[in-house]
Amino acid sequence: MGDEVILLDFWPSMFGMRLRVALAEKGVNYEYKEEDLSNKSALLLKMNPVHKKIPVLIHNGKPVCESLIAVQYIDEVWKDKAPLLPSDPYQRAQARFWADYVDKKLYTLGSKVWQTKGEEQEASKKEFLDCLKLLEGELGDKPYFGGETFGFVDVSLITFYSWFYAYETFGNFSIEADCPKLIEWVKRCMEKESVSKSIPDPHKVYEFVLQLKKKFGIE
Amino acid sequence: MAKEGVKLLDFWASPFCMRAKIALGEKGVAYEGQEEDLFGGKSELLLSSNPIYQKVPVLLHNDKPIVESSNIVTYIDEAWPAPPLMPACAFGRARARFWADFIDKKIFEGGSKIWMSKGEELEVAKNEFIDILKKLEGALGEKDYFNGDTFGFVDIILIGLTSWFFAYEKFGGFKVEDHCPTFSAWIKRCMERESVSKVIPAPESVCECVVMLRKMHGVE
Repeated sequence: MGDEVILLDFWPSMFGMRLRVALAEKGVNYEYKEEDLSNKSALLLKMNPVHKKIPVLIHNGKPVCESLIAVQYIDEVWKDKAPLLPSDPYQRAQARFWADYVDKKLYTLGSKVWQTKGEEQEASKKEFLDCLKLLEGELGDKPYFGGETFGFVDVSLITFYSWFYAYETFGNFSIEADCPKLIEWVKRCMEKESVSKSIPDPHKVYEFVLQLKKKFGIE
Repeated sequence: MAKEGVKLLDFWASPFCMRAKIALGEKGVAYEGQEEDLFGGKSELLLSSNPIYQKVPVLLHNDKPIVESSNIVTYIDEAWPAPPLMPACAFGRARARFWADFIDKKIFEGGSKIWMSKGEELEVAKNEFIDILKKLEGALGEKDYFNGDTFGFVDIILIGLTSWFFAYEKFGGFKVEDHCPTFSAWIKRCMERESVSKVIPAPESVCECVVMLRKMHGVE
């Protein structure tokens, strides 16, 4: 099949990483295009006129926007390999719920951790860790959120790992201290090539955040 | 639990609950509705079945809870496959999910800004809201429904929210029909469906609800 798959992305984006992981899980060849977010390409603006954001998956010329929507699309189109969502409607609803929970909470709370100081930062750290503990509870004794196999919620969450070092360093705390089982899960996921090849070095992400802080005058 | 083991924790004015009720209606699924008193005191069942958000709607299917309205509509579509609410092809479904997500991010919050503000802020909120509706009009195009020829997922996600438009129009001093006639025509078309007209409350009643909310938020 002559599939043309292009990914418009930005290397430190935990949302873009989700698509990289999903495409790797499915063994799909694609062209990666790095976007300069301060100077967005005509292609990006054409393919995502509503939000003008990355990631955008372009499949045979047609765009799919919003990372979780694109991961579901990837799962449905390349359905013969590595299914990410379960087949039972109730389990699918549970998976969508937790992926949506990650979307609603983690980015905003994580951002607050590196953008604030003092009491505000302490409060943000606590909320952030509470969020991770809830996710740890949901994982329970399962190897993956998807059960025996890596699935939709795993894809949604694992990409945030690349930002953990930045959060921990700027927030002066250890995620492993509070959420050891979650970090075990992280290590398990990172053993998968589809994950380790798709996620940048957390130290590079830290350097990137340091630059952002300087640029926006955040101490 | 009677009625095919389906129960919905509900609030009459919630556009999010309306989504679930319309979807169940479209599928011909009988359910037991339980009205929640969101201001007086949420039921134990609500708090235990949706401990994280503690919000309505909650769908209980054979005692198993499903929460978050868009998720509930998707579940209803998958658990009772006929008639399908989503397009058959993956790209059509991705598009439907995209617009449902857009609606979720923009409409209720955009409308709330209108009734929560005054003066210049109100003008800005009103214009932003109209822009949002125009974008949706663009997505609708010449089609009868967002789903195409048949009423479907995006229509269900959106139509309940329009019961709050009368309140936005009143406090914003504008009429949706003047700016977005295609959108208004789509509203009327949907309201002809029994699954919709049965659950959409009278706009005047919703307006009274908004008046109360304004008082609670200290907006005069």
